[in-house]
Parts: sequence; structure tokens; C-alpha cells
Amino acid sequence: MHAMMEISTLHYLVLGAALFLLGVIGVLTRRNVVIVLMSIELILNAVNLNLVAFSRYWQGLHGPSALHGQVFAIFIITDAAAEAAVGLGILIAFFRNKETVNVDEVNLLKW
Amino acid sequence: MFFLNNIYLIPLLPAFGAAVMFFFGRKLTKQTVSTVCVGVVVLAFLFACGAVLQYNVWAEAHHHQPFENVVYTWLGSGTGHLNFLTHDGSPADFKIDAGYLLDPLSSIWLLFVTGVGMLIHIYSIGYMGHEGGYYRFFGYLNLFMFSMLTLILANNYVLMFVGWEGVGLCSYLLIGFYFLRKSASDAANKAFIVNRIGDAGFILGMFFIAWYLGSLRYIDVNAAARSGHFQIGDPIITAATLLLFVGACGKSAQLPLYVWLPDAMEGPTPVSALIHAATMVTAGVYMVARSNALFVLAPASMKTVAIVGALTAIFAASIGLVQNDIKRVLAYSTVSQLGYMFLALGVGAFAAGVFHVFTHAFFKALLFLGAGSVIHAMSGEQDMRNMGDLRDRIPTTYRTMFIATLAIAGIPPFAGFFSKDEILWQTWTSEGGAYRILWGIGYITALMTAFYMFRLIYLTFISKPRMSHEVEHHIHESPVSMTGPLVVLAVMSLFAGFLGFPHSLGGSDRFARYLDPVFARGEAHVLVEQGEAAQLAAGEKEEEHTSPTEFVLMGLSVAAAIAGWLLAGRSYRAADKGYVEPISAIAPPVYNTLLNKYYVDEAYDYAFTGRRKLGGVRLGTMGLGEASSWFDANVVDGAVNASGWITRVVAGLSSWWDKWIIDGIGVNGPAILARMLSYPTRLLEWGLVQWYALVMTAGLVGFVFYYVYH
Repeated sequence: MHAMMEISTLHYLVLGAALFLLGVIGVLTRRNVVIVLMSIELILNAVNLNLVAFSRYWQGLHGPSALHGQVFAIFIITDAAAEAAVGLGILIAFFRNKETVNVDEVNLLKW
Repeated sequence: MFFLNNIYLIPLLPAFGAAVMFFFGRKLTKQTVSTVCVGVVVLAFLFACGAVLQYNVWAEAHHHQPFENVVYTWLGSGTGHLNFLTHDGSPADFKIDAGYLLDPLSSIWLLFVTGVGMLIHIYSIGYMGHEGGYYRFFGYLNLFMFSMLTLILANNYVLMFVGWEGVGLCSYLLIGFYFLRKSASDAANKAFIVNRIGDAGFILGMFFIAWYLGSLRYIDVNAAARSGHFQIGDPIITAATLLLFVGACGKSAQLPLYVWLPDAMEGPTPVSALIHAATMVTAGVYMVARSNALFVLAPASMKTVAIVGALTAIFAASIGLVQNDIKRVLAYSTVSQLGYMFLALGVGAFAAGVFHVFTHAFFKALLFLGAGSVIHAMSGEQDMRNMGDLRDRIPTTYRTMFIATLAIAGIPPFAGFFSKDEILWQTWTSEGGAYRILWGIGYITALMTAFYMFRLIYLTFISKPRMSHEVEHHIHESPVSMTGPLVVLAVMSLFAGFLGFPHSLGGSDRFARYLDPVFARGEAHVLVEQGEAAQLAAGEKEEEHTSPTEFVLMGLSVAAAIAGWLLAGRSYRAADKGYVEPISAIAPPVYNTLLNKYYVDEAYDYAFTGRRKLGGVRLGTMGLGEASSWFDANVVDGAVNASGWITRVVAGLSSWWDKWIIDGIGVNGPAILARMLSYPTRLLEWGLVQWYALVMTAGLVGFVFYYVYH
């Protein structure tokens, strides 16, 4: 039995990074536009997690009023929601034209 | 002194006739043409008679000088003199006039040229009456008279040369009168071109005389030559006289430039009579006689003249022995007799040579006109093999031609005897054994002359008839316009000889005495100063001894003539169809050589004209033409083609350069470079959204790293 580690800010950051990385990979790799949008949400949420972790850290340093991170995280959530809506709107418009949800086929604006 | 002072009118009268023919001839009737053209010549003859009579009167009072009448100055500066320097740099009074000179020499020529010319013009009315181009014929004939008279009456060599060229031109025009016949136009070309070769010599001779003596006027030249200033045998004068003689050879048909005369028989018979018997061909003799002062200074030239004359005489006579065309026989006879004239001049017997010219003009013109009459009667037949027995059918023609034959054969008392005999005598008595050989040549030629002339008479008039029946039916004597001149000429042939009746036979030798002033017989200072050598060159002795040798030679000449007559009679008197030529029976190769004129024309074709190839090579003028054409086609065109080829090669290189280097690298290079650059750059615009996202991410990572580690 090894000693139990303290769950410190670092853990949260690592998790956040891992989620971010997953999200990026998803954006870059996935074929389905919906999945890409989900991945983008994942990126945003990873960032949220990062922000909240740092906010907790700052609370530890500068008192309980250092809530900047959390406040920003709420902004991001709102932003993510709006962005998702817009993204889906684009997706619908695209689908109406091209009958497909493969991001590969979004290639009309090419050389 | 009307005629004398207006002597320039004599050549001008026929010039007028020629001009009228030139401008209006086509529209005139034959009557008018005859009247104008024959009329001017008759007038010219009368005028000439008047001029000569007046000259004789004038000369008595003026030391027998020549009479000169200058019409205008042709060459010379405003004062009438060119700025002219002779060979030693001294200025000379050089001018060329349109000037006319009358002295005994030109008087004689003037009289027989206009006289015989007049008779031939009259004859031509009948002879050419049925021919086309009547006005053209008379126009040319008048132009000829104009040129010949200019030649004779000129007072300087240049004006003589104008006339010289003019007669050459007229000879060309008249020989080629029937220009639609190729043989005629070829003959005309031949005459003119061969003449021209002589003319080159004439011109060079004139240059030498002008350069050396400072003038071309006869009076000046003769004065300079007789001044004693020049040595006998002077090389420049020898050169000049030899060159002049070359000119004479061309015009007077001596070896080697005689070849045009037989071919000239293509022309109408009156042309042959006038130009190629009586007048034009004597121009060379005239020129040498006129230059006697120069020739006397050049014994080498005199010898050359004598030798060429003698050789020509025997050469032509030998060819004449076997010719079948009646006019050809006469043509070769003319060449041969001209040879006699030059022989005379060459041995210094100038008066004898001129006398022979004089007598020859009459009987040769008569012979040609008679031949024309025969041809006319025979409906155009010229080959003697198809004639015969014409004696009683064309009696006037026969009798006159017979008289002419007696004259030319040298049978006394006819004209030819006196002149030919004088020449032979003068040759025999010249200093030097070589002259005996020349006498021998002349003697054999006389024998041949008699033979071929009587052969002509026998074959044409006396032997059995050999013509076809249609021709036989049409035989008729010629009209009076033709027979009249024949009779007149016959009378002259009979009596002209008496003008030169030699001392030895009791005569006054008037002809030679008349010519004394021309040949400076009375001027002793030349002979005295230059001693024996001069006597040698001058030849003719001052006093006339009547030695027995002269009679012996005279007798021999007559014997030769009679022998020739008898031999001809034996062979041809009874000639019937298919008669055999005696020479061909004795020595066929000789006969063939003579019949083919010693193949001289062929030789000239090989060597000079290049009409025949000599062993695969073409020489002469045409050879030069071929060589030039080869040069042009191969060398010049080769160079042109080569430059073209080079241009094409360069163009090819240039195009390769342009296509591969300029276009390839210069133009396409940047394009390719741009395209290559575009490949990666394109990636920016792939259109793949996830790609864009990746790039963004990569950039972001880059930034992060930069901030963290920098």
C-alpha cells in the first residue's frame, strides 16, 4: 500500500490537459461534424476545468474572493452554448446543401 | 571648185536615201524606192566625177597635195585642240574632225566605189524586183554606200573607223537580209564577229599611232612618218602597223580571219557583188595603202603583210578549185585576189596593189552580178553540178562572164593581166630569196585561178545540161536593168587594164604615176637619209628598166593562165550528169580536204568558239561560258547555298536556344518555380477544415513553446 497522495491543483491541470488533448484530437481527426462539435465542447470544458482549478488555487492564495476563474468559466459555458447553437445552425445549412455530415467534404473553398 | 568644196555631199547623198527609207520606206512604192535610192547613188557618182576632175586641176596648182575639207571639229576642246601628251610627254595638236580628204588614192576608190555601186544599184532593181523588203534592201545598200564613202573620204583614222564600223554593220544587215533563214543570220553574225576581232587590232593600232605620233590625221601622220625622225624598224611603229594589218585581215578576209566571207554568200547576190567583192573588202587594202608611210618604216610588218597575202591567195584558190556552189567559188576567188593585193602592198608595190584593187572591182563585180543573173535564170539554183549548157540560152550573161573570166585569169589584154603581172614582177624583183618563194606561190595561185574560173565557165555554160526539166523551161535572159550593168562592167574589164600599161610594153603607166604623190615616190630625202634599208623596204625601183626577165615572167604568167584554161577544159568541157572531179579521181583525200575547206571552220569551232568539244572539253568562248556557268552554278551558288545552310543551322541553334533555354528556363522556369512553390502553398487552401484546424493547433503549440522556452 502506497501512501495516498493529496489531490492538488496539478492533478486538475493534468486532467484538464488530457481532456483538451482529447478534444483537439477529436477536432482534427473525426469525420462527423457533430462529433467535431462535441470535441470542441470538450475542449471548452477542459479549459473550464483548468480555469476552475486555478481559481481554487488562487483562493488558497488570495482569499475566498479570488473567484475570477470561476466567473470566466461561466462566461465560457455561455459562450460554448451559443457557439454550439451557431455551429449546429451551420451544420444544418451545410447539410441542406450537401446531404452529408462528413467534414471531409467541406472542401469547396479550395484552390 | 563646187564639187571639191562640197565633197561632204558625196557620202551624204546615199545617207539621205537611207534616211528616207528608214522613215518612209514602208509606205513607198517600189518605183519611188528605186528612184530615190538609185538616184542618189547616180548623183553621187556624177558628183564624184566632178570632184575628181576638179581635184586634178587643183592639184596641179598645189604641188599635188591632198585636198582637205573640214566640215566641223568632232573631238577637241573649244579651240579645237585636246590637251594631249604624246609618249615623251610633249604636247601635241590632237583633234579629230569630220573632215574629208581627196587625193589620188581616195579619188580612185571614190570613182570605182560610186561607179560600181551605181551599176549594182541599177542591177538590184531587176534582181530584187520580186523580193519582199525591197525598201529595206535599198535602205541598207544606201547606208552601206554612205559608210564606205565616209571610210574612203575621211581625213583621219577615227572617221575612217566610223565608216569601217558602218560597212561592217551594213554587211551584217545585208548578209542577214533573209533573216528568217537560220544559215543567213548565222552567217551575218559570223561576219560581224570575225570583223570585230580585226577591229580590236585596228583600234589598238590607232592608239599606238596617236600616242606615238600625236595625231590621227593622215596629213600629220604622214608628215611625221616621212620627217626622218623615226628609224626604220621602229618597234612602236612596227607594232602599230601590225595591229592595223590585223584590222585589215578582218575586213579584207585574209588568213586567219577570212572565214566569214564564204558564208557571207547567204546574202543576196548584189550584196555579194558590192560588198564582198568590189568595195568593202578592199577597205583593208585602202587602209594599208593610206598608211604606206608608216608601213615603209616597218619592214617586219611589210614582210608579214606580203607573206599573209601570198599564203591567203594560194590557200583560198586551192579551196576554190573544188567548190560546187557558184557563189562560193567566187567568194574564195575574192579572198585569193585580196591576197594578191596584200602581197603587192607587202613588197612595196603599192601602186600595183591599188591597180589590182581597181581592176578586180570591175571583173569581180561582173562575175558576181553574172552569177546572180545565172541564178535568176536557173530559178534560184546555185549548185554548178545542176547547171550546164547555158551559153546560148543566156548569151549576154555568158559573154560578159566570159570576158570577166579572161580578165581574172590574167590573159592579155584584159584588165587582170596587167595588174596581176605587175604584182608578180614586183615580187620577183624584191630583194631577198624569200620573195622568189612568194613569187612562186603567186604563180601557182595564178594557175589555180585560171583553172577554177574556167571550170566555173565550163560547168555553168558549156558542158551538157544537167538541170531538171522544169528549171530548164524557165531559163530566160535577165532584163536590161540587169544585163546593162553587166555590159558596162565588161567594157571596163576589157579596157581598164590599159590605164596601167607598163613601161616595159611601151605604155605610160599612168595609173602608177597618178598615185606617185600618195606613195611619196618623188620624195627622195627619206630614201637618202635612210639609205639602202629604205630602198629595201620601199621595194619599187625608181627607174623602170625593161629587163628581159620581165618579159620572161610575163610570158610565164600568160602560160599559166592558158594552162589553167586548157586543164579546166579537158576536165569539164563535156561534163554530163554525174561528172567526176579530176582531183577526186587522182587523190580523194586531197579532194575531201579541199571540199571541206581544210576543216578550218571546224577547227575554229573546236578552238575558238567552243561549238564542238575537243575530247570532252569545251574550249573557246562557249567553253568559257560553260566554265563561267559551272563556276556560277557551283561555286557562287554553292557559296550562296552554303550561306543559306549556315543561316538555317544558326536558325536551328537559335530556335533550340529559344525553345529550350529562353523559353524553358527563362520563361517556363519561373512558372515551374511558381508552380512548385504553389504546391505547399496550396495546402493553405485545401478546403479541408480539419486541416486548417490542425495548422492552427500546430501554430498554437509553437507559440506556447516559444513563450515557455524563450
